Amino acid sequence: MNWITNYVRPRINSIFSRRETPENLWHKCDECGTMLFHRELRDNLNVCTNCGHHMGITPRDRFAALFDGGIFSEIDVPEPLADPLHFRDQKKYPDRMKAAQKSTGEKEAMLVAVGEIGRTPIVAAAQDFSFMGGSMGMYVGNAIIAAAEAAVKLNRPLILFSAAGGARMQEGILSLMQMPRSTVAIQMLKEAGLPYIVVLTHPTTGGVTASYAMLGDVQIAEPNALICFAGPRVIEQTIREKLPEGFQRAEYLLDHGMLDRVTPRTEMRDELITITRMLMGMPQAVKGDLPKPEAGAETEVEDAAAESVEVKKDAPADAAK
Amino acid sequence: MTQYLEFEKPLAEIEGKAEELRALARANEEMDVSEEAAALDDKAQELLQELYKSLTPWRKCQVARHPERPHCKDYIDALFDEYTPLAGDRNFADDHAVMGGLARFRGRPVMVIGHEKGNDTKSRIERNFGMARPEGYRKAIRLMDMADRFNLPIITLVDTPGAYPGKGAEERGQSEAIARSTEACLKVGVPMISIIIGEGGSGGAVAFATANTVAMLEHSVYSVISPEGCASILWKDAEKMREAAEALRLTAQDLERLGVVDKVIPEPMGGAHRDSTATLEAVGDMIEATLTDFENRDRDALIKGRRQKYLAIGSKGL
Repeated sequence: MNWITNYVRPRINSIFSRRETPENLWHKCDECGTMLFHRELRDNLNVCTNCGHHMGITPRDRFAALFDGGIFSEIDVPEPLADPLHFRDQKKYPDRMKAAQKSTGEKEAMLVAVGEIGRTPIVAAAQDFSFMGGSMGMYVGNAIIAAAEAAVKLNRPLILFSAAGGARMQEGILSLMQMPRSTVAIQMLKEAGLPYIVVLTHPTTGGVTASYAMLGDVQIAEPNALICFAGPRVIEQTIREKLPEGFQRAEYLLDHGMLDRVTPRTEMRDELITITRMLMGMPQAVKGDLPKPEAGAETEVEDAAAESVEVKKDAPADAAK
Repeated sequence: MTQYLEFEKPLAEIEGKAEELRALARANEEMDVSEEAAALDDKAQELLQELYKSLTPWRKCQVARHPERPHCKDYIDALFDEYTPLAGDRNFADDHAVMGGLARFRGRPVMVIGHEKGNDTKSRIERNFGMARPEGYRKAIRLMDMADRFNLPIITLVDTPGAYPGKGAEERGQSEAIARSTEACLKVGVPMISIIIGEGGSGGAVAFATANTVAMLEHSVYSVISPEGCASILWKDAEKMREAAEALRLTAQDLERLGVVDKVIPEPMGGAHRDSTATLEAVGDMIEATLTDFENRDRDALIKGRRQKYLAIGSKGL
């Protein structure tokens, strides 16, 4: 891994595979219908400036806003077997994969990266709902394991952003096996004494909720995110009654004791910095101008990181806002 | 009387005729039907073998869900002595869809946990058709922790259509309970043996079936989603369950090839329900052999072995 492959190439790729075509200058809020200028919407992290509705955001855009100066390096995820079951429904699985890769410009449904947030070194993983519903298959399982291993190796916390319709049916039982596999990954973190923070975003359902997304030391959700095991439609069919307003939404889960916090996306970064620094026993984050970096804990981490991970020491100062 | 599955109809006809003949003979002393009846029996046996020689995945699902198939309670009654059920999750309730407690298996004290579906209307309702609520998983976690502390091997019997999709179950954290149960399975320093005796339905099954050794009965199934559910999502037509069952690769034989299942336990001809005693015995022998294998394994080796096994899953395709 080097600077070219980790930073320059993804950047170039992302320029060419920009999902927002220039014609789409306006975006209509799914909730209140307000027309939002695309740049304004992007600057507000896809949160409606009128009603605060949280729209989907890709892992790449999320990381660009999360990491100091938008700088992060991707972690390689071991490639799983392609189409191990030779699955075919109305379409072949490899065809569905190709279509998803083409429409998203991504390889799979999870992105793992290392970098710093407010000069706090972390490992982050984010699930991509736009890639086959963010579904958890072998790649996602491998990505979580890779993220946990990197966190243990670099002695950093792991922050995971979940978003998925559940397990990827096209990988059959092997997708289900990602529940125990990802759980093993989380146990590695716990045994190493490292924080594991889950940010649940809309929607997080099925086998994903029933494994790594519910095992965090701290569980934070974005407002109004649907978080459940069985979806509301399935439940309505089973119990044959109308479900209460807001059922299975983030605030409802908070009320029922299933989450620690519900935090708007625009405030998430600061909150994650605060929490991870406390859990890692680091001094309070500095707001405003940065002092000179302290020699000590952080350099040590950077040394450990140096061989496999590119760490930017010249992150712009706006990082620690 | 045996309940016949849809694909067993021709068999039902022949066996019905044989039964009719015998009934006639019983009513009329002079009639001798033994020859004709025996011929019909032979024919039935032949047909049974023909049908069960290569069951399609969808037919296996039907056999796995057969109402007369031995359930968790039957295994506990037949294979375990001094079964002492332990109830409750210490938080909210006792879930009757999950049985569990201390027991002696062929002399050894163990912890046994399993899903129970019930076998008549009343018990099915009481057992919620084997669909556990969070309390069921939390009870299982409690029992697994206890087994770990007292060094008792854990045996789980898996037979569930899935975790219960209900309002209360969601409010009380169904997903968290399942996640923690899977975590508990991976944490215990005692041998963890799991047998899928009927249906292994998705996350509700994984929560009990994350084990050192996972065995499946020959005609049981284990899947990420029911064929009906998969068909309605991917085919937009729940009637395409045959195709979905085929595509999902949910049979014991395919799962063994994928390395997800360690052992397949043969069933009597015509499925477990045709000879429960033989089935129960075969499962008992498998448990005993596996317990013996693990006898001198220390805690760390058991935990590490289990984790390594799961990390390695996915390296083999079909």
